Amino acid sequence: MTDYTPNEMMTIAAARALKDDDVCFVGIGMPSAAANLARLTHAPNITLIYESGTLGTKPNILPLSIGDGELCETALTTVSVPEMFRYWLQGGRIKVGFLGGAQIDRFANLNTTVVGSYDSPKVRLPGGGGAPEIATSCGEIFIIMAQSKRSFVEKLDFVTSIGHVSGHDSRAGLGVQTKGPTKLITDLAQLEPDPVTKEMTVVSIHPGVTREQIEGNTGWKIAYAAKVAETPPPSPHELEVLRDLHARTRRAQEAA
Amino acid sequence: MARITSLAEAVQSAVHDGDTVAMEGFTHLIPHAAGHEIIRQARKKLTLIRMTPDLIYDQLIGMGCVSKLVFSWGGNPGVGSLHRLRDAVENGWPHKLELEEHSHAALANAYEAGAAGLPCAIFRGYIGGDLPRVNSRIKRVICPFTGEELAAVPALRPDVAVIHAQRADRAGNVMIEGVLGVQKEAVLASKRSVVTVEEIVDELPERSLNAIVLPHWTVDHVVEVPGGAFPSYAQGYYPRTNSFYKEWDAISREREPFLGWMKENVLMKGPEVFAQQVRKFRVAAE
Repeated sequence: MTDYTPNEMMTIAAARALKDDDVCFVGIGMPSAAANLARLTHAPNITLIYESGTLGTKPNILPLSIGDGELCETALTTVSVPEMFRYWLQGGRIKVGFLGGAQIDRFANLNTTVVGSYDSPKVRLPGGGGAPEIATSCGEIFIIMAQSKRSFVEKLDFVTSIGHVSGHDSRAGLGVQTKGPTKLITDLAQLEPDPVTKEMTVVSIHPGVTREQIEGNTGWKIAYAAKVAETPPPSPHELEVLRDLHARTRRAQEAA
Repeated sequence: MARITSLAEAVQSAVHDGDTVAMEGFTHLIPHAAGHEIIRQARKKLTLIRMTPDLIYDQLIGMGCVSKLVFSWGGNPGVGSLHRLRDAVENGWPHKLELEEHSHAALANAYEAGAAGLPCAIFRGYIGGDLPRVNSRIKRVICPFTGEELAAVPALRPDVAVIHAQRADRAGNVMIEGVLGVQKEAVLASKRSVVTVEEIVDELPERSLNAIVLPHWTVDHVVEVPGGAFPSYAQGYYPRTNSFYKEWDAISREREPFLGWMKENVLMKGPEVFAQQVRKFRVAAE
């Protein structure tokens, strides 16, 4: 068996969730690594969109910022930021949105705004950016986040973008017609919303990970599906492509 | 009507204490040289608007130029926090900073509404989250035709917009290519504008029939500042200096090293240092 890190397993599991005909709104960091890994392996025709306005981009290295020149130079076309949010996101053209956050709760609501109170925060985080509208305008949402008690919390300090709100049909009750978070991929497991309660529920555990580990890194009593699968380990090909991508990116950044 | 001036003259004339200023550029073409000039001229009590505050507003906030920030994402892209912004919000240093926080969709729509001469922007957004709870300028309106409830925010009408572009001609027609951001909307929404450019040319190359983003009669001051977007980038001129964005994390983390860096690299320097910063890319391209 090949050695790999929990982070690599998470990125590869997230990449597998994307399909060749998807149109995907990509954020910087792990979502960008996963989306480009999908493009370089099983989904060569996937359309990747970054909020800087780049449509159908095929970066050779991972961008550090959401608007690196690499994204624009390899894109089919680039539109203005107002057009991106109005026609493409709000207009319902995007099938999958990829999000992460500092905190998540059991209904996959996300906080990227503050730790502590809003008016006198313990930690001021960057804020929502595109997330509040990505969360409600994309057909469905995939979330990629490493698990810990600090990030998987019972109650969010601030709701920056909604997932399944308070569960059951509460999301639809706000007039939102998109599906919301359909997959939550962590460094330990994969979760999907329970069909009835909409609580994020473990459906697959990564190889070698125990239920105790998952529970020790979750701030609420985590639920399991009736049938829990084992995530297939990274294939040698997936690992090679991902590591090449990171190595190319590192070389380019060191040269800059 | 566009006037070609020096950077010092443009900032002197267009940016005043207490003004609402929008310095835009979405990762690409961020007007860093103009930001440094505003710091050198020690403007005070500014309300700054920017979707992604970036290093440029971290510097203005840390130097005490800012009393209010209107923004939607305040981080160092790909690196982490903006430490001067955090110090102002968390500890009130160098003084208290009022925040008006939005989402990207809201600010993009609000600039567009400003450019369109409308009082407010209406869009499908801010559903279910906490931002409307902490920002009283986010309202809901009912569509008179369908009954759908939508978000509304006031149009942005800055006193002055400051942007950087690739080229202008001698009349002041401004060309931008690549990641377009919200610069066109920001300038058209503002009362006054300062446009710094990589170069002012006799004849604009016809790379695209749509590349003139702002005709000369829509801008006030055009200034040639080669390298003026460093450490962000200018497509076709120089790439983003990602290493500086990483270095900024250490430079800005503590107050004294930050002030020392600003004194040495901004207060005691002029806009000509930007050309030096990007010279190596020019040489590489030739």
